[in-house]
Amino acid sequence: MSSNGDKPLLEVDGLVVRYPVTRGLVGAMTRQPKRSVHAVEGVTLTLQGGELLALVGESGCGKTTTAQAVLRLVDPESGSIRFEGRDITRLGTRELRPLRRQMQLVYQDPYESLDPRLRVRATVEEPLLIHGLGGSKTERAERVRQALIKAELSPPELFLDRYPHELSGGQRQRVAIAAGLVLDPRLLVADEPVSMLDVSVRAGVLGLLDGLRREGLGVLMITHDLSTAARFADRIAVMYLGRIVEEGPAREIVDNPQHPYTRALLSVVPRRDPRDRLRPQILRGETPDAVHIPAGCRFHPRCPIAIEDCKRIDPKLERPAAGRTPTHRAACIRV
Amino acid sequence: MSLLEIQDLHVWFDLEHGGELHAVQGVSLSVDPGERLGLVGESGCGKTTTALAAMGLLPPNASAAGRIMLDGEDILAGGEETIRPHRWVDLAIVFQGAMNALNPVRTVGSQIVEAIELHGRAKGPAARTQTGELLESVGIPAKRAERFPHELSGGMRQRAAIAMALSCNPKVLIADEPTTALDVMVQAQILELLDALCRDFGLALILVTHDLPVVAQLCDLGAVMYAGEIVERATVDALYHSPGHPYTRLLFAATPDLGSNGEVVSIPGAPPRLDHELRGCPFQPRCDRAFGPCTTIHPLLKSIGAGHAAACHLNDLPAIAAP
Amino acid sequence: MSVAVREPGAVIESEPIRSRRGIVWETIRRRPSAAIGSAILLVIVLGALLAPWLAPYDLHKQVGPVFGHPSWSHPLGLDDGGIDMVTLLMWGARVSLVVGFAATFVSMVIGGTIGVAAGYFGGKTDTTLMRITDYFLVIPDVPLMIVVAAIWGPSLFHIIIVIGILLWTSTARVIRAQVKSVRERVYVKRARSLGASHTRIVFRHVLPQVAPLLIANTVLTIAVAIFDETALAFLGLGDPSRISLGKMIENAFQRAAISTGAWYAIVPPGLLVAVIILSCSLVGGALEDALNPRLRVAHLSARSFRLRPLVGRGGEAV
Repeated sequence: MSSNGDKPLLEVDGLVVRYPVTRGLVGAMTRQPKRSVHAVEGVTLTLQGGELLALVGESGCGKTTTAQAVLRLVDPESGSIRFEGRDITRLGTRELRPLRRQMQLVYQDPYESLDPRLRVRATVEEPLLIHGLGGSKTERAERVRQALIKAELSPPELFLDRYPHELSGGQRQRVAIAAGLVLDPRLLVADEPVSMLDVSVRAGVLGLLDGLRREGLGVLMITHDLSTAARFADRIAVMYLGRIVEEGPAREIVDNPQHPYTRALLSVVPRRDPRDRLRPQILRGETPDAVHIPAGCRFHPRCPIAIEDCKRIDPKLERPAAGRTPTHRAACIRV
Repeated sequence: MSLLEIQDLHVWFDLEHGGELHAVQGVSLSVDPGERLGLVGESGCGKTTTALAAMGLLPPNASAAGRIMLDGEDILAGGEETIRPHRWVDLAIVFQGAMNALNPVRTVGSQIVEAIELHGRAKGPAARTQTGELLESVGIPAKRAERFPHELSGGMRQRAAIAMALSCNPKVLIADEPTTALDVMVQAQILELLDALCRDFGLALILVTHDLPVVAQLCDLGAVMYAGEIVERATVDALYHSPGHPYTRLLFAATPDLGSNGEVVSIPGAPPRLDHELRGCPFQPRCDRAFGPCTTIHPLLKSIGAGHAAACHLNDLPAIAAP
Repeated sequence: MSVAVREPGAVIESEPIRSRRGIVWETIRRRPSAAIGSAILLVIVLGALLAPWLAPYDLHKQVGPVFGHPSWSHPLGLDDGGIDMVTLLMWGARVSLVVGFAATFVSMVIGGTIGVAAGYFGGKTDTTLMRITDYFLVIPDVPLMIVVAAIWGPSLFHIIIVIGILLWTSTARVIRAQVKSVRERVYVKRARSLGASHTRIVFRHVLPQVAPLLIANTVLTIAVAIFDETALAFLGLGDPSRISLGKMIENAFQRAAISTGAWYAIVPPGLLVAVIILSCSLVGGALEDALNPRLRVAHLSARSFRLRPLVGRGGEAV
């Protein structure tokens, strides 16, 4: 559970992010209405230091956009983002710069996130140079070493002079994490940190994130893999079409899912044990695109338990009747 | 006699600076009609190369040895000459990332019609009718045939790729990572589709993937590959409940599972490079149970039970009474 | 789209880990066309460079009759002024190469800057710069050069500038395309998200990736620049005070070398120009093939994989 009780590290409130869909010349001439991709439609979440929150969902649900908005890599249309109590929603590039040190992003693709021409030493040192930190060359070198050790690349001397192509996927990802840690951030956003790694090395990298969390780092992990989220996250927030439809402690969500979407998702995740025969609840069709969001509950066209009211009412996140913990919330009028 | 039997397949790739990569080292496996075999392994283990070799689709810098028996006939014996007549007609493959490899400037339907006509199954209107039926059988409404690939969702495109592979009614379908790039719900739909195809049409399926749980749910049999070899072959039940090779056991242990909350552990180290001959067991440097002979003697794939084979010296040890 | 799990290991294991460094050198070493081209160029450049010391005769001294025939002491005969052809060739190549390299330098600087700016900043900058490039692209080179040279007056400096100003367009386009793709690489986005300045990103991350292709393009541009200079000189628009290969051809032509049967006054310089251009094309083409991923056609090869005899149980390859 969370450690630094009082002030949350990150507070997102009612975040809305939309991308305009270009109409093109023909569209403009025929006066087609301007449309937008409703990537994020009102997301509220908090993250404490020392906590790992998994943002889970399928493609197009808005989890990546939420993460980008939190890091102020995209501009929100409305809503607020507070980092360590400070409102960062509308800050300009200049004011954001010192904050960028505190929030770091780890990318999905370890094969692409490192410059192939730079040695590990240079890659991990670069953030220090960009932000003018670390004083002398020797001080920087020491910080680089420390970052590599923290990322479990020990002894660092073995890795400092290597090029990315000489490292395995897992090692590259650790280098990317080290480059994020070198600035001593408070928040780490990991976008599918292990999905491109071999299964046998995933646990190591996830364990590293877990260890960093225990040392007080706040980790926001974006993932589509419910099994990973269940095992490594403190809390899980399930997203669908730009909204969080269910959130709560990881174990609670997995053992006692309330929202029909969460239930369906969990029911189709394959299990390791062949005897663990699923009773999969396969939803028909695919997630509608985020330009045409259904009226009422956005999930109702595919919902197995939808009723008439679901077409009109857009449910809020509330405690479900069968919820077992106070922080478990689901957005469904039927639970 | 199985429908498809790969016997002692070896594949080498010429390397740019001289030397060779021994990518597939003596792989043997077989499938019968309606059977699903999961070929499991991580990157670089040779599973995709094995799949391509079965189809005769290896690049010019590759060389192969071994037998590929289709209905008792060795189709690899004459290389391209003997494989070509069977490609797509008896053996079909859905490539990795096939859904992104559809021709973007032609409609989905026309691409399937082309496949049908090229192999002389039908022409013109008959081909179009067959295309419509084929699309319906994979869950795509027939009228979508007039759509272009970019107008379809990822799941639909993957179904279209499967339809294309099935256009000439093959007996064996090889699917290379068919659901890897898909959301979990769409993955469930595609797996359900593959399941139905095997059940209803007696299609033999070889599912090539790194995803153990997918194999556990969809396949009857599994073959685990490591460093170009099959290290264990058994029913999926046996692979999970009584693995005969440490790699199988550790691979399961490294896979997080919703069904249990146990520890998930990585396997330290990395697979060996295959550009020089290896001594001893290829997994030995990473194995948690390695002992004496593992560094010097290469373990052979041997039967350790009914329909269960593994390549590990530990199986040769006399059984010690468990406490 | 959701996540794609690549099988990078499968590819990396079957190809040697390709070092990005020294790819230029690697290509020259390993491709026969590049090696031959480089060798020829090296010989010619050295010959031109060392002309003051290596040339057998004096450049300005008449050593025999006009259009003297080739002999042992003058293997390529004499030109319209009685000057040894071999000497002339060496000095002429010097001028041609100087113009070629200098004009290419000008075009590389202009084209590279515009290409990087357009590719990196995108948007309106890109559109504007590309429109300018398009205007320059559609101008027919040689006629414009003729006009400008005729108006501006023939001097080496003017020639270099004129050629350079018209050649930068292809460089700009190639560089722009490459920069655009590099800009989308994850590590560049990462640097941006860290707060790196544009300067840093361009010089540290983008240019190193673009450099090899720039070199390939440069070599090809040199070929064109030398051709353009030769053409201009042949048309009488070259610098009258310098002898370039084109001027040599022009002189011979004007002084009726052909009707006199003095082929040795025209063919050698022409041949030398052709050889220089060919060598540059060989090297530049080989580099481009090696660097431009779009030019890879190995997968379209009609050759098939090879079969080997069966291997005994337990697997050692025969």
